[in-house]
Amino acid sequence: MTTVRARRFGAWYVAEHRLLVMRSYLQTIVISGLGNPLLYLYAMGVGLGSLVSSNMGAGAVDGVSYLTFVAPALLCSAALTTASEEFTYPVMLGFKWNPTFFGMNAAPISPGQIIDGLIIATTARVVVTSAVYYGFMQLFGAVPSAWGFATIVVATLTALAFGIPVMTYVATIEQDTGQIAMLMRFVLLPMTLFSGTFFPLTAMPVFLQWIGWISPLWHGVQLARVFAYGASEPAWLTVVHVVYMLALVTVCWAWSRRIAARRLNK
Amino acid sequence: MPGPVITATKLVKKYKDFAAVDGISFQVAPGESFGLLGPNGAGKSTTMRMVGAVSTRTSGDLEILGLDPNAFGPEIRSQLGVVPQTDNLDTELRVRENLMVYGRYFGLPRAAVAARASELLEFAQLADKAKAKVDDLSGGMKRRLTIARALINEPRILLLDEPTTGLDPQARHILWDRLFRLKEQGTTLVLTTHYMDEAEQLCDRLVVVDKGRIMAEGSPAALIREYSSREVLEVRFGSERNADAATRLAGIGDRIEVLPDRILVYSSDGEAELARITELGLHPITSLVRRSSLEDVFLRLTGRSLIE
Amino acid sequence: MTGIREQPRASVSAGRPFKALYAGNASSVMQRGWLATRSTNWLVVVSGFFEPIFYLLSLGIGLGSLVGNVTAADGHDIPYAAFIAPGLLATAAMNGAIYDSTWNVFFKMRFAKLYEGMLSTSLGPLDVALGEIGLALARGALYALGFMVVMQVLGLNLSWWAIAALPAVLLVAFGFASFGMGITSYMTSFQQMDLINIVMLPMFLLSATFYPLSVYPEPVQWVIQALPLWQGVELIRGLTTGVVGVGLLWHVLYYLVMILLGLILTTRRLRALFLD
Repeated sequence: MTTVRARRFGAWYVAEHRLLVMRSYLQTIVISGLGNPLLYLYAMGVGLGSLVSSNMGAGAVDGVSYLTFVAPALLCSAALTTASEEFTYPVMLGFKWNPTFFGMNAAPISPGQIIDGLIIATTARVVVTSAVYYGFMQLFGAVPSAWGFATIVVATLTALAFGIPVMTYVATIEQDTGQIAMLMRFVLLPMTLFSGTFFPLTAMPVFLQWIGWISPLWHGVQLARVFAYGASEPAWLTVVHVVYMLALVTVCWAWSRRIAARRLNK
Repeated sequence: MPGPVITATKLVKKYKDFAAVDGISFQVAPGESFGLLGPNGAGKSTTMRMVGAVSTRTSGDLEILGLDPNAFGPEIRSQLGVVPQTDNLDTELRVRENLMVYGRYFGLPRAAVAARASELLEFAQLADKAKAKVDDLSGGMKRRLTIARALINEPRILLLDEPTTGLDPQARHILWDRLFRLKEQGTTLVLTTHYMDEAEQLCDRLVVVDKGRIMAEGSPAALIREYSSREVLEVRFGSERNADAATRLAGIGDRIEVLPDRILVYSSDGEAELARITELGLHPITSLVRRSSLEDVFLRLTGRSLIE
Repeated sequence: MTGIREQPRASVSAGRPFKALYAGNASSVMQRGWLATRSTNWLVVVSGFFEPIFYLLSLGIGLGSLVGNVTAADGHDIPYAAFIAPGLLATAAMNGAIYDSTWNVFFKMRFAKLYEGMLSTSLGPLDVALGEIGLALARGALYALGFMVVMQVLGLNLSWWAIAALPAVLLVAFGFASFGMGITSYMTSFQQMDLINIVMLPMFLLSATFYPLSVYPEPVQWVIQALPLWQGVELIRGLTTGVVGVGLLWHVLYYLVMILLGLILTTRRLRALFLD
């Protein structure tokens, strides 16, 4: 009887476990969840914005103030960072350092459910973090459009579109030689910096713009801008953003489940 | 006769109000193998840290190699080898590098350290593991590497804190063999242990420590002679009947200790006592006659078992 | 026992406190670090060099096109990239020093018990502190050198004074490293270690790294001027942009005091933790 329940709700048990673990660093989650939006919106939006507007006048970036332009990007980028925390070290921990996943797998929870549970728990954290961030954006008066709240969903999708592929990779790591640090440095950081976050992608030389095109962050940020202040772009491009991110999520989700099954049932 | 290498007089170490070491006095002669025997928390490790010049005493006097550790910590430590309770090998370095780097901490010339490292790897039976990662060694190998490391500066005194705790029996015997060789070469050994067999094997002389104080001092044989009988008879009646049987054993042997799971009868002739017990109409489930050990000495002195 | 060993101990120990702390052998601790880096994570170490470069390329080029020129301290306009490059350099010095002296040290202190081993040899706590900090500085110097070459290639060093930015970077790194190690010694859990990041991030974003201090209201300016990173950014920016005056010496003094206090703190803490 209980086996049947575990089979059906296994993913939720795993998610519950993850959320319990998160409580141990709740202090960090709360401080950074409140501090980050305040800090970034002020430092980058207001502070840097005053430089930009003194140079180019108000409404010079994509037709809006710099704060309005950069806020959706900061939101997506924060969501993405949160997801990459949850999808790297905890995954490495569960498979290798403190192999709780093997324990779960010995209980009647399937490898696929472990992956699902991780995604559920991370999504929960990202949604909450993004909603708080969005609240601060409103306080700063950075969201002109009535559709702005949809950026919470966009940010979550962006976070998963990057985070799940990362998890897929981390799940394959057998020997730790600092791959996660390298991933952060050579993938996450350049992506954050070269994905049209702090300035339009077109401000970069063409030979660097490809980073944006393949980066889920650029697609997410552009989509968020459409909702936040009605950024104008061709409809087909908006569709591409959504399809690209959904494709990353579904393909890598299924792939992660296969990797987990192979590794845990070896 | 040369003077002692360690002299502790009324040594006290307090952490806030708790006295971990509460007035301990002892001396260690050069070349002697000296043990501190006692249960966990008796104050052995704290004493060792003070002798190792890495802990400042609260009061009393301490002289290591004629120097006061409060003022001459680095000088004293340069003459000591320390094997701590838990291995603190450098896991980012390989086996041989551990010895090399440690030797450099003493400011020894590289060439001298290199030659010494090769010798010590042989001594520790790790020559074929020189390039291995520390994490890939077994528990016994790590322990031997830690001892080899402690010998890199050719110390006058080797301090060993629980050298074989956590090792399997075979690894323990290999280690004892190595330590015995050092003893034969004249190295002064100071070790703590809560294993009486280890104390009997390795120590010329030891102190029994409990709750920060010395309960008794002497050679293992002398301590056993003084505080125990020649033989011990252990009888078990099953946990339910033990206490009841004990009351009926009054007058048997020199002395009786009742433990939760068995009764110890101290006597010069264990077999004779067993015969008397059977005459009383009592039939133990199991019985065993053995020689007295330090465990019995400790039980006698403190009323408690050494390993709890 | 024997009367031979009676020494005039009081007079000897009077001059001892320093010798008990320092055996003059910090280089062995540095050698250990170099060996460990070589055999374990050199790729990660090398990669650290790229981080400030990514920032410089992204913000200097991309953001520069939005911001245009910025007014330097002496009143004339400089390109935005030349404005932020010294800020990023100072930040890189801070981050490198902090990483090496906090996370790295935390691990060695709490898990590897490395310092316990070191301090049972003839090394003193100051040897350990200086050795670890020395290694962090050597690493920081390499990053700084690389970054300054990139600045030179991009034409962002506006004066020959820029050469003096290299020792200035080391000064900044020394200041952060000496404090970082002392503060880390109070930390007992990963959660507490996160607090370090929580302090570093605002310092990075607010210390006039990306825009001049004049953007802020005056009281906020005062607070930021008290922060070590702002002091470092201003010092290095003065040198690379060639706006050099006696005033820069105040920043140097700030760091000298910081280094001294940091070393005292760290040595005392190491002593309390491992030699008490």
